[in-house]
Amino acid sequence: MSNSRLPQTASQTVGPFFHFGLVDRGDENNLVNDAVKGERIVIRGRVLDGEGEAVPDALVEIWQADANGFYNHPDDPHHENADPEFRGFGRSDTVSDGQFSFRTVKPGPVPFDSRRFQAPHISVRVFARGMLTHAYTRFYFSDEEEANAADTILNIVEPERQHTLLLERRESSEGPVYVLDVKLQGQDETVFFDP
Amino acid sequence: MSALSRRLSSLDWSIHPPYLHAAYESTLLRSPQKPLVPLPQTLSEMTGPVYGHDEIQPLDHDLTRNAVSDGPPIGERIIVTGRIVDEVGRPVPNALVEVWQANAAGRYRHLVDQHDAPLDPNFTGAGRVLTNRAGEYRFVTIRPGAYPWRNHENAWRPAHIHFSVFGRAFISRLVTQMYFPGDPLLPLDPVLQGVPDERGRARLVADYAHDVTEPEWALGYRFDIVLNGSRMTPFEDPDADDDE
Ligand SMILES: [Fe+3]
Repeated sequence: MSNSRLPQTASQTVGPFFHFGLVDRGDENNLVNDAVKGERIVIRGRVLDGEGEAVPDALVEIWQADANGFYNHPDDPHHENADPEFRGFGRSDTVSDGQFSFRTVKPGPVPFDSRRFQAPHISVRVFARGMLTHAYTRFYFSDEEEANAADTILNIVEPERQHTLLLERRESSEGPVYVLDVKLQGQDETVFFDP
Repeated sequence: MSALSRRLSSLDWSIHPPYLHAAYESTLLRSPQKPLVPLPQTLSEMTGPVYGHDEIQPLDHDLTRNAVSDGPPIGERIIVTGRIVDEVGRPVPNALVEVWQANAAGRYRHLVDQHDAPLDPNFTGAGRVLTNRAGEYRFVTIRPGAYPWRNHENAWRPAHIHFSVFGRAFISRLVTQMYFPGDPLLPLDPVLQGVPDERGRARLVADYAHDVTEPEWALGYRFDIVLNGSRMTPFEDPDADDDE
């Protein structure tokens, strides 16, 4: 089968000038409207380089299930149950301090296979000037201890590196804010996956 | 040997650039150093955002008309078209394709771009389109200029158009750049040369297409794109061994 496959088109960097093409249309980092069901949350963090410096020209994209754990996509066997108001995709640029942010809902658990569920999580892609190929990671929720402990994918990750995937919950006047920095390189480098 | 054991990653790393490519200086501090962790593909990887034609504005595909204020933009009008397919050659319909680029003088409409070249009041350089049922997209635009960057002494980016593509699944996401045939800057460009495979680099260079060229109006270029799909597993593809 792999012999007959067409060669993939190679990745190239998003470069420093993507904003007017990818994020200037409106509130691409807001995944919710009034009709979306679920607990409103804010996700926030910084993208940092190997010296701990903010990356001001990164692009962070997220993809997630709705509050009940359904994807609004035909390949989800239960997509007819998905919240029609919730697409589940968002993108955020970073600014001078490297910060990205999203307004969304906390995703529900999605299946791993026919027997097991995954802990609630968000799929994350990071693009930047200086990254010829993007990086893929996941955000998990630190307040889902039981689900996280049972999660097949989290358990693939070395225990001492799992914290690089855990959003930390903080309360604010606007509701819960989940915070996690993405460290592209160096000490506490974020776990990046090869899906 | 099954497809699964032959290639564990959905991204073919013999084609995609490695994170660290020292000739492109910005990779030095932005390249993950730890090995990537192989990830079983789940529903989270196999789904992705769904877009509809109602989200595309009528002029989004025409960069020569979507930002005019007092006349047409300056430069060489071109048509860029192509087909988006997956690795087994199936067309990808309703794929969102976003493009952005410099103007004919090599200047981006972006605060950070300080290149001493004129902005064009009639050109933004951004467009978006969905592929049709055959996986085809088409843009009308202005051929972008080369521009200097400070990566090394006398560094110039070859003329290019940035492409962002969503396939059916989040796993198929691709951001790349399209180059123009015959550009003398191609072999000197660390970004293109970051692609390890010569044929992989060649596929980022569009073909001049006389059948796309429209008489008395615009030159045509064809840029086809192959998105990675899911890797086959013995469970998903019981016939994998038979096909090899
Ligand atoms: Fe560029």
